[in-house]
Amino acid sequence: MKGNEWRLANGGRIDRTRPLAFEFDGERYWGFAGDTLASALLANGVRIVGRSFKLHRPRGLVGAWCEEPNGIVQLGDGARTTPNLKATQVELRDGLSARSVNCWPNARSDAFAPLQLLGRLMPAGFYYKTFMWPSWHMFEPAIRRAAGLGTAPREPDPDRYEERHEQCDVLVVGGGPAGLAAALAATRAGARVILADDRPALGGALQETKRIDGAAALAWTAAVERELRTAPNARVLTRTTAFGCYDHNLIALSEKLSEPESAGLRERLWHVRAAEVVVAAGAIERPIVFADNDLPGIMLASAAMTYAAQYAVRPGRRAVIVTSGDSAYEAASTLQTAGVEIAAIVDTRAEPGEAASLARSAGIRVMAGYYPVRAHGGRAVKAIEIGQIGAAAGRINEGSARRLECDLLCVSGGWTPSVHLFSQAKGQLRYDPERAALLPGPGPKSFHCAGAAAGNLALHHCLTDGFAAGREAAKAAQATRDAGRSPTTDVELAATTAFWASPQSSHRKAWVDFQNDVTRGDLELAVRENLRSVEHVKRYTTTGMAVDQGKTSNMNALAILAELTGTSIPQVGNTTFRPPYDPVTLGSLAGRHVGAFYHPLRRTPLDRWHAAHGAVLEDFGGWLRPAWYAGERRHRDDCIRAEKRATRTAVSLFDGSPLGKIEVRGPDAAVFLNRMYYNGMKTLAVGRGRYGLMLNEHGIIIDDGVCLRLAEDHFLVSTTSGGAGRIFAGFEEWLQCEWPDLTVLVTNVTSAWGNIAVAGPRARELLERLETDIDLEPDAFPHLSIRCGRLEGVPVRIARVGFTGELSFEINIPAGYTTALWERLLAKGADLGVLPIGIEALQELRTEKGYLHVGTDTDGRSIPADVGMGALLAKKSDDFVGRRSLERSDAKRPDRLQFVGLEAQDPGTVLPVGAHVIADATTRNASQGYVTSSCMSEALGRSVALGLVQAGQARTGEAVHVYSSGRTFPARIVSPRWYDPEGHRLNA
Amino acid sequence: MLQITCPCCGPRDEPEFRWGGEVPLVRPGPPEQVSDEAWAEYLFTRDNPKGFVRERWLHALGCRQWFVVVRSTVTHEIRATTRLTDTLPEALT
Repeated sequence: MKGNEWRLANGGRIDRTRPLAFEFDGERYWGFAGDTLASALLANGVRIVGRSFKLHRPRGLVGAWCEEPNGIVQLGDGARTTPNLKATQVELRDGLSARSVNCWPNARSDAFAPLQLLGRLMPAGFYYKTFMWPSWHMFEPAIRRAAGLGTAPREPDPDRYEERHEQCDVLVVGGGPAGLAAALAATRAGARVILADDRPALGGALQETKRIDGAAALAWTAAVERELRTAPNARVLTRTTAFGCYDHNLIALSEKLSEPESAGLRERLWHVRAAEVVVAAGAIERPIVFADNDLPGIMLASAAMTYAAQYAVRPGRRAVIVTSGDSAYEAASTLQTAGVEIAAIVDTRAEPGEAASLARSAGIRVMAGYYPVRAHGGRAVKAIEIGQIGAAAGRINEGSARRLECDLLCVSGGWTPSVHLFSQAKGQLRYDPERAALLPGPGPKSFHCAGAAAGNLALHHCLTDGFAAGREAAKAAQATRDAGRSPTTDVELAATTAFWASPQSSHRKAWVDFQNDVTRGDLELAVRENLRSVEHVKRYTTTGMAVDQGKTSNMNALAILAELTGTSIPQVGNTTFRPPYDPVTLGSLAGRHVGAFYHPLRRTPLDRWHAAHGAVLEDFGGWLRPAWYAGERRHRDDCIRAEKRATRTAVSLFDGSPLGKIEVRGPDAAVFLNRMYYNGMKTLAVGRGRYGLMLNEHGIIIDDGVCLRLAEDHFLVSTTSGGAGRIFAGFEEWLQCEWPDLTVLVTNVTSAWGNIAVAGPRARELLERLETDIDLEPDAFPHLSIRCGRLEGVPVRIARVGFTGELSFEINIPAGYTTALWERLLAKGADLGVLPIGIEALQELRTEKGYLHVGTDTDGRSIPADVGMGALLAKKSDDFVGRRSLERSDAKRPDRLQFVGLEAQDPGTVLPVGAHVIADATTRNASQGYVTSSCMSEALGRSVALGLVQAGQARTGEAVHVYSSGRTFPARIVSPRWYDPEGHRLNA
Repeated sequence: MLQITCPCCGPRDEPEFRWGGEVPLVRPGPPEQVSDEAWAEYLFTRDNPKGFVRERWLHALGCRQWFVVVRSTVTHEIRATTRLTDTLPEALT
């Protein structure tokens, strides 16, 4: 097979028996199982993997994992396309198709590339300063297209995501040497352990060449993994990122599932409540800021080493290594072994110590006391210019300048510990000048940082540190079995010094943040414009934002800021670490809460009947209910008219099952309800019902309904369909918190009972055709009363209440019998013209009757007096919820919005709901209220409307104007009781 | 997401609970003897301290009992939870 010219003949943790074909920017390549997209691209000699965010400069790979700022790709097409992934984290699979973002047609030859010539004109804040007139929003779409990242899929996500809740004694974050040692110690001590690592395999940055406890490092890793996976008290999660720490040690993990095994399940979100947390998340190497430090071929020394050792890829032919510490010497020797010629190690330290001596004795040229001045090259690095730090500030020593040819430049400006979780847990960071790093300081007792995350880079430190942290954590969680001794290895050199930026670099081209195209010059501009707070500088320059969250740039930016403001890194402080540590998909966060599960609707016992009989089902207050019954493709309005006509002239059935039903029992039930209702309930006779309003302590109407008394100590409270849960919870709260002395039991029986409202002039006639022991005659069973008995042999509670204004029986029947009764009523009443009716018809029927609907005809300010029930207050002497608020001056204001009828002058005009009532049709500048309900009443042969109008009750008969969307309708304020104002039909 | 120990059911995650405000909250009465100021105080004014506060919470998706939580408004540390009927030790209030 062709390709893979840069692949080493041997080594690496790739499976050479499994070649995989893939596509990048339309070109076909292949790699091996075990590759990432990034390593496979490098193996195929692809150097330019992306274009920079703003200036479209060609960019190559800098890192080898989540720190990667440049290799941002979009995977796949259609509904499964995923934007803004780092090529370094994308596991290669057969047929994978990826493209670079922010360039067209591809990264190699980008049509926007000329933008980089304008770099000088486009500093930080450029867009907002330049594109101001007439409005930023006019330019925004075009700018967003030219600068930016990938595109989100347009179709719904076809994959499944799930979430799990878990608890453990010790959560170990990171599966490198420190994390493995910690998990080992905690597991052996007997703690319940979860070890989470974001990579496909454990081991972190461990190199094959290391030896631990006498074994090869990878064999040791495998042995530890085996021990953990077989231990009953440990769980190992790979491909799992601990991305956020929340209150009370809740750690969120995002687990990616590998394709074939997952059966359509793509990611799993873990909510882990951990008693103790070991943060062994490692450290990330830093680049150095110098001119043209973003050329393809310049990468972190650790990344170059990883590509060579783990993926068997030669990242270049001739390398220069620029470093401020010991760790890059290991990279040099690894690269040399991989056949890369090491031109020189440029060490910014004048006295690099033992590491340099060892390198020199291995034949590597070490240039101590030199630092990078600028890189040369166009589409790839060709050489690096270095110089000796001079006596004069910003100068190199005369004659010290050197130019070293290379096609790979490895940089190492020190290490930044991954303290994200510790910091999110409110742990404080302290700056350690010796290690040039922000290290974990004082923090929560349950957090233990270990290894490189605590600033201890050397392997022997990672092992002892991690083991100790694991044992400590287990001990804190009361797991104290003997964990044995820490794994051991040879002592390693890991000294480092601070070297952030070359002083005399051309600042406009010395990049601090590759991903956001932020240069040292941008930071200088921000400081010149007097932005001093690190948080402000971050937002102004965008340094540290986007997909990589500044993993390679934040520390350099802080150091440069400290230098520019003449302060120190501790004084500058650092920007807040916020979740997520690494991007998490929205699908993962949404989990199963999508589609029908986003807001599950409740269904009535008649749900299946409705669906089978043409009901148009809609969401009404969380219940799926029939809006109307469509029948034989008749028009919506025709259906609703027919349903209304049946109710007014014959008989109709309405599924009222969602109506709230709360049983209130006990010796103090009457006293309790008297306090809960605005209306007096103490005097209610057994077998009778009373309409009542419920208020909150502010005196505002929150619900209404009929309260029915079944026995001296037994009431049935009807609430609105949407109010049942809320009112029930309110009853409980008052009883438990305010009146624990009352002996009352409340039970929400809403879903236990089906409810069918039989309404219309022939309602009694229909019911009499069924077998019942209840006397249905008007004298025996008047309006506003309740009877318990049997109907067709089934125990029922029938109440003479309704919402239509007609003779009406509401039958409460055990839920399971609802459909049978419904069908029997329809069969027995066929010759009477019985029809099922939906919400739409009911709403129009109650509107023409003038029954108010709480929340529609009242708002968040309505009190009983506003709906015409003010007189009752004087008749009730007892206290009730909200009573004192009705005595406030505001409750007695004369201009309150009051519930009235609104009669359009033209009887054919249906006033629009929401239209405003105005006094003066020409100025239209002061609303006096608005229309709340409105419809055409066939029964009355004209339109009817209800509304809330200032001082409306005293203005009956007054002419007003109703204004909506540029149209004005003449109207009159009338009584809301449009239909049967005397209630003859109701009481029939 | 807090972890709250319900006195009846033990430690559970926050979504099972509902917050109910500071306690004690004394409802003034009878209404005819309550001044506008006292009533407004009851309706609207809370201590809202920086530090530990006593609040009532409802275990809505559990035993449905209201109970008292002593919680820090700074760190969310929960120092104690007790039934409404229990008296809290002085040090915890």
